[in-house]
Amino acid sequence: MIATALLVAGKDLRIEARSRVLLWQVLPFGVVALVLAGIALGPTRAGHSDAGPGLFYLVALFVTLLAVNRSIRIEGASGTRSSVATLGLDPAGVFLGKALALALELWAIGAVLLAGSVLLLHAGLAGTLEAAPSVAVTLAALAAAGSLYGALCGREGATTLLPAISFPGFVPLLIAGERAYHSALAGGALWQWWVISLVALAAYVALGVLLYGVLEESW
Amino acid sequence: MAVVSLEGAVVTSGGYPLLAGVDLVVEAETLTVATGPNGAGKTSLLRLLGGLVGLSAGRASVCGVDLAGGDRRALRRRVGWLGHEGSFYDELSVRENLVFAARALGRPTSSIDAALERVGLASRSDTAARRLSAGQRRRLGLAWLLVRRAELWLLDEPYASLDDEGRDFLDALLADVVAAGATVLVSAHDPLRSARLAPRTLAMAGGRVVADRPGGSR
Repeated sequence: MIATALLVAGKDLRIEARSRVLLWQVLPFGVVALVLAGIALGPTRAGHSDAGPGLFYLVALFVTLLAVNRSIRIEGASGTRSSVATLGLDPAGVFLGKALALALELWAIGAVLLAGSVLLLHAGLAGTLEAAPSVAVTLAALAAAGSLYGALCGREGATTLLPAISFPGFVPLLIAGERAYHSALAGGALWQWWVISLVALAAYVALGVLLYGVLEESW
Repeated sequence: MAVVSLEGAVVTSGGYPLLAGVDLVVEAETLTVATGPNGAGKTSLLRLLGGLVGLSAGRASVCGVDLAGGDRRALRRRVGWLGHEGSFYDELSVRENLVFAARALGRPTSSIDAALERVGLASRSDTAARRLSAGQRRRLGLAWLLVRRAELWLLDEPYASLDDEGRDFLDALLADVVAAGATVLVSAHDPLRSARLAPRTLAMAGGRVVADRPGGSR
C-alpha cells in the first residue's frame, strides 16, 4: 500500500510539475482572492479585523476545490482510467498517494497564502507562525477529504457537484482551522482546535482507505 | 486450455443490454477478432473480459477468475487493455508512462528500452505523450502492453489511426505475442484484411455473437 501511495503521489506531483496548472492558474487565483479580501476590508480595518483567518480559509477552500478538480482530471480520461484500472493498483494506496500529493500541493500554496495574509490582511506575523502547524494539519485534512469526495464525483460530468457534495465534510475542518488561527492571533490556546483537525484528518484517511476502492468501482 | 469461457454472459448499463447472452470459449495462445457495426457489443465484450465492467447475468471465467464472484482486481493485473481513446498520462513522457506501468505491476523497468525499440518509439522516449500523433500513441499503448507482459491482450479498435506500415507492424507484433504464449482479442469494424494473420473471427450484432469463423483459413 505504501509503495503504491508513493508511486501515485510521485506521478501526480510530476504531472503537476510539468503542467504547472497549480502554479500559474490556482495560486494566482488564490493571491488575487486575498488581494480582493484585503481591499474589501480596507487599509484601516484590515489590521484590526477578526475576519483575517476566516478570509484565509475561504480562499483556502476555493483553492482546495480547484486542486481537487485538477487531481480528478489527471485520471479523468476514460481510456486512461481503463488502462490504469488494469494495473490492479491497491485502491487504498491510490487514495493515500493522491491525498499525499494534494496535501503537498496545498501546503505549498498555503505557505504563500499565509504570507499573503500577513502582507495583505495584516495578520500578525507571530500569530501566523504559531498557527502554521495547525494550518498544515487542516490543509492535510482538506486534502484527504477532497480526495475522497473527488472519487465520489469522479464520474464524467459530475465534478461540478464537488463543491456542494464536499461542503458538509469541509465545514468542520474550516471552522476548526479558522478558530485555531484566530486563537493564535489572539494569543489564546489552540490545542482543542488541533484535536478536532487531527481527528478529522485521521477519520478521512481511514474512510478513504476503506472506501476509495468502492467509489472507484462505481465509475 | 481455455483462457475465456462465457456462458450466456449478459452485461447491462442503465437497464440497456450491452451484451445479451454471449457464449464463447477462447483457447490460450490464439488470436480472435470481434467484428460488427457500432453498438454490436465488441467493446463491451472486451471490457467484460478485462474486468472493467461487471457481469449482470450468466457465467464468465477469464484467466481462471470467476467474474461473478472472483477478484476482478487480480484479473486486471493479468490482462492488458488498449482502448481506442488515449490511454496514458499526457503530461508524462513516453518512458515515464512505461516506468509507471512497470512499477505498478512490479515488472522490471529494464524491459522498457526493448519495448520502445520494438514499437519504433525509442527516439521519442523523452517526448510528452500529448505530443505524439494518434498512430504513435497507439504504438505507446502497445509498448505499455509489452512492458506489462499481459497474459490476455484486449485491443479495442487497434488498427484505427494506423497507416499501412503501422498495420503491418501491428500484424507482426500480434503474431509474435501469440507465438510467445499470450492470448489476443481484438475488436474491429471489419474482418482483418491482413496477409499475415488468419484469426478466428466473431461477427457480433445486438450484443450477441451471430457467427463464428474459425481461424487458420481465408
